[in-house]
Amino acid sequence: MDTQIMNIVDQPQTLEMSNIPAETVGDVHVERPRMTARNVNVFYGDKCAIDDVTLDIAEKQVISFIGPSGCGKSTFLRCLNRMNDTIDICRIEGTIALDGQDIYAPQVDVVPLRARVGMVFQKPNPFPKSIYDNVAYGPRIHGLASSRTELNDIVENSLVRAGLWDEVKDRLTQPGTGLSGGQQQRLCIARTIAVSPEVILMDEPCSALDPIATARIEELIHELSAEFTIVIVTHSMQQAARVSQRTAYFHLGKLVEVGETEQIFTKPQHEMTHNYITGRFG
Amino acid sequence: MNSISLAITVLLFASAYFYLGTRASSAQRAAGRRLHSLPHYYGLFAGLLAAIPALLLLTVLAIGDDIIFRSMALDFVPDEVKAAKTYKEVIVLAQITNVVDGINFGEQPQWVHDAAAAWHGWDSTSTTLKTITTLSLSLLGGLFAYRRINPDFRSRNAVERILMIILAGSSAIAIFTTVGIVFSVVFESMRFFALVPVSEFLFGLTWNPQFEGAERAGSGQMGLATYGSVPLFVGTFLISIVALSVAVPVGLFSAIYLSEYASPRVRAIVKPVMELLAGVPTVVYGFFAALTVAPFIRSTGMSLGLDVASESALAAGLVMGIMIIPFVSSLSDDVLNAVPQALRDAAYGLGSTQSETVRQVVLPAALPGVVAAILLAVSRAVGETMIVVMAAGLAANLSLNPLDAVTTVTSQIVTILVGDQEFESAKTLSAFALALTLIVITLGLNFIALQIVKKYREQYD
Amino acid sequence: MTEPRMTETGASMISPQEAAARVEAGLAARRGRERRFRAYGRIAIGIALAFLVTLFVSIFSKGIPGFFQHYVTLEVTLDSARLDPTGDLSVQSLYDGDARGVIRAALYDATGASGRSGRKAAGKIISAGAEQRLRNAVLENPAILDTTQRMTFAVDDDVDSFLRGFIKRETPEKDRRINDKMIGYIDALQEQGLISFQFSDYLIFGSASRNAEMAGIYGALIGSLLTLAVCLVLSFPIGVATAVYLEEFAPKNRITEIIEININNLAAVPSVVFGILGLAIFIGIFGMPRSIPLIGGVVLALMTLPTIIISSRAAIRAVPPSIRDAALGVGASRVQTMLHHVVPLAMPGMLTGTIIGMAQALGETAPLLMIGMVAFIVDVPGSVTDPGTVLPVQIFMWADFAERMFILKTSAAIMVLLAFLILMNASAIIIRKKLERRW
Repeated sequence: MDTQIMNIVDQPQTLEMSNIPAETVGDVHVERPRMTARNVNVFYGDKCAIDDVTLDIAEKQVISFIGPSGCGKSTFLRCLNRMNDTIDICRIEGTIALDGQDIYAPQVDVVPLRARVGMVFQKPNPFPKSIYDNVAYGPRIHGLASSRTELNDIVENSLVRAGLWDEVKDRLTQPGTGLSGGQQQRLCIARTIAVSPEVILMDEPCSALDPIATARIEELIHELSAEFTIVIVTHSMQQAARVSQRTAYFHLGKLVEVGETEQIFTKPQHEMTHNYITGRFG
Repeated sequence: MNSISLAITVLLFASAYFYLGTRASSAQRAAGRRLHSLPHYYGLFAGLLAAIPALLLLTVLAIGDDIIFRSMALDFVPDEVKAAKTYKEVIVLAQITNVVDGINFGEQPQWVHDAAAAWHGWDSTSTTLKTITTLSLSLLGGLFAYRRINPDFRSRNAVERILMIILAGSSAIAIFTTVGIVFSVVFESMRFFALVPVSEFLFGLTWNPQFEGAERAGSGQMGLATYGSVPLFVGTFLISIVALSVAVPVGLFSAIYLSEYASPRVRAIVKPVMELLAGVPTVVYGFFAALTVAPFIRSTGMSLGLDVASESALAAGLVMGIMIIPFVSSLSDDVLNAVPQALRDAAYGLGSTQSETVRQVVLPAALPGVVAAILLAVSRAVGETMIVVMAAGLAANLSLNPLDAVTTVTSQIVTILVGDQEFESAKTLSAFALALTLIVITLGLNFIALQIVKKYREQYD
Repeated sequence: MTEPRMTETGASMISPQEAAARVEAGLAARRGRERRFRAYGRIAIGIALAFLVTLFVSIFSKGIPGFFQHYVTLEVTLDSARLDPTGDLSVQSLYDGDARGVIRAALYDATGASGRSGRKAAGKIISAGAEQRLRNAVLENPAILDTTQRMTFAVDDDVDSFLRGFIKRETPEKDRRINDKMIGYIDALQEQGLISFQFSDYLIFGSASRNAEMAGIYGALIGSLLTLAVCLVLSFPIGVATAVYLEEFAPKNRITEIIEININNLAAVPSVVFGILGLAIFIGIFGMPRSIPLIGGVVLALMTLPTIIISSRAAIRAVPPSIRDAALGVGASRVQTMLHHVVPLAMPGMLTGTIIGMAQALGETAPLLMIGMVAFIVDVPGSVTDPGTVLPVQIFMWADFAERMFILKTSAAIMVLLAFLILMNASAIIIRKKLERRW
């Protein structure tokens, strides 16, 4: 009896300590990669947040990053469009390339990079401006529209594709902060696609939303995957299973296993992945 | 006995009662009876009752006696003196108190000496009265408390209640201060407005209180003082505008740079260095303005062929601006830091440059806070005194040219009220009316600014 | 995918490639704007720091020489018959004596001045304070009477200005305050090495004087000290008591709300208004005398109260509720909890606020002008009810005088004031760093 209890208590610890593989299990390479990460390490000060991650992100596919809290999946996501640059103590080693170009090369400007690799955040964060100005913000700063009509088109088109147009077309001048949570998040997605990015990064986009709003966003992600390469960090394994074609499992800064979503959820090759998706810890 | 030795005696009584009370209750405890509170609470109760009422009475008496004496002394003034046109209560009282204090400037009429002699009499009577009442109150208070010492008396609760009254009384001082300010300003202002119509004060274009009652040189007629405050407010406004046009851009851009661009190391050095500017006393700024900046501006202006007054609004305003820079920058810094990081992330995630993020997202979001900071800075500038007293001069010119000399509300208040003055004259009273408007303006600005800040905070909470 | 795609609404969408190209096209201009914006920030900080440097350089460049002044050393024959005619060494007798004559005689010897105009010119070299200094020396040590002593006296401020080079030799004689004869004598003294430039004891130990070379800040410093003491004795206990009451005990009702609004408003009232309060209430109604540190301290206490209350409340709020719960849990009363736990833990924060408030009070000028602390007072105040002035007001008064030496001494006085302020603020920072707990 006593030993059993001991086992249960000890289990996560033994898992953390010994079972992380030196090499990622599964195939990290894909046929048509849009983004490639090679041997990426990320440090916050002295603390290593990402440890030797190598991963390809395929074009026009949804890949989801899963793993327990603090496993580094969000950190890795933010490296893909250099959002970590805004944190002073953050340092990155290894290479991350977009279409074969190293995005951390010294001559690379983050501004066009972020225009190509857009981002949607955990909490909806519309600007305290009108709905129209929120969506038009990106095209305006980047000079994407040559005329007022073109800008109107971009805004309308983005809102249509974010599935928000019908709900807001009569109140484009009202503040974006007045929308409901789910609408705000779709507004943020519209704002991101208005810049015509190639890749969209989503950092737990539904964690602040109710189930109905979540379903709408998942549907939207599915639709958008026809045009965009999408990387989504999620806490919900069901969500990963529903929206993504590939899934990567992170643990303690390591990429433990990556593969076809179906394979990961039905036949995980590594014990830790198995434990996580079956809810043994996390 | 004088007031200070009386106070000391009262404190001695109180400590004696404290000792007695503690000892008596300790003795009861030693005798095996259960006390409600610890022994020293019984002592404290007796000591506090011996000290507090007596000291309060003493304070009232010590402040009150002079007031009573002065009104009584005025009875000695003969009617024919009172009837004279030049009769001023203050002067008469000064005559009498000088004699009382043994200072004799020349010959004084007999009634002054009579009053002084009577004053001496009242003084000794009052001292005796003070001594008797204060000491007996102290003894009785202590005795009353001492007699209540018995094991069932809840002395800790009683002591705590007394303490609570002291705490509440302390916090009432803030109210008394406000009441005092209002009282001192409003009443004198009302007397002023009885002499000078409100409309003349608020809308008159000439400020010239100097000739009050004096014969205008050469003209042989009594000059008329004029109390139109518009030039003073225009001058205040002009200098504040100059100050803000220095402080707002410099302060705001410094805050933006420090909060959005600077590395933590640079921030850790530059921020406290800039705040040094806020710690420099205003009199030092005034000296700097009058001695360094004003001559520099004048000579620069001269070399450019401009006519610059030696006490130009530009010099005072510029230095006041320097003084306000850290005020604007630290307030703006707070406001910028209150803008949620999520908004910056959103902008960066779309590919904004840092300046685009600041100009198009952070600043618009922080605008109410920045406006509030500027309003508070205006209120500071309007109320600032020493810089304008030392560098802006007294010429009440109605001008919007920063190269002219102007005067301000605060520098007029200081000029009128410094030194001996008669409380009766319109000139003196005008300073109180100016102070009243100054208070209304600064509190108004402050109120609006705080309301904006409150709204703004709610938006992001 | 390079063709613009049509959506069901018919609006065209820019392709990622086209978008990237357009972004690239605008980049140069955006980078330029970014650089300019960043430059504005740097320029703003540069301007602020340049102002600071200018202010300090302008004060220090005058203030440091202000700590020194020129002295002349003379061989003085201390003839007792001339100095102490009554022979009883009383102050009165010394005042009746001819100290001036004794000093002048030594001066004439040193310079070789002769004739009426020559002696008049030589006499102007030495400060009017020399006689007092001589008398004090005799009073201190009567043994020096009837001996010849080397004594050092300050030179007159005009002579000092000449020695510093502010009064130029080249200026025509009628336009300068030092005539040619005096210059001759000064040169003679200098050749003999009798003129020295040394630390000004008058500045530190002297009191208010209309003679620049004798003026000092001692009286004002003592006045500041007394005023600040009154201010501290009143504002610290009242401020802390108010903060404790409002944070720990006050019922949440209208009156409490009014008190809180009041305190915030008082923090915004211009300081000169507090001076008016002092003038109207304490001097006007209570009939208290002008110029005394007691009233100055009371007025400054009322002025600094909001600062102390606000920072003390913040310090009390920073004490975690768990401490209060722990004390109440073992049966302490609310008052005991406050006295034994909350106040001691909040004390560093309260002290910091108080020191900052005192620093404000030390630098404050305007309200003290209102209550008459601007009077010309030579005597050093011995108690809070003696008339006196304070350092900032002394600076204000000196700033009005045009003499070169007053400008230097004003700057030196400012440096002393700033040194005190920096000391106070530094100790506040140290207390905050060393004693304040982070929860």
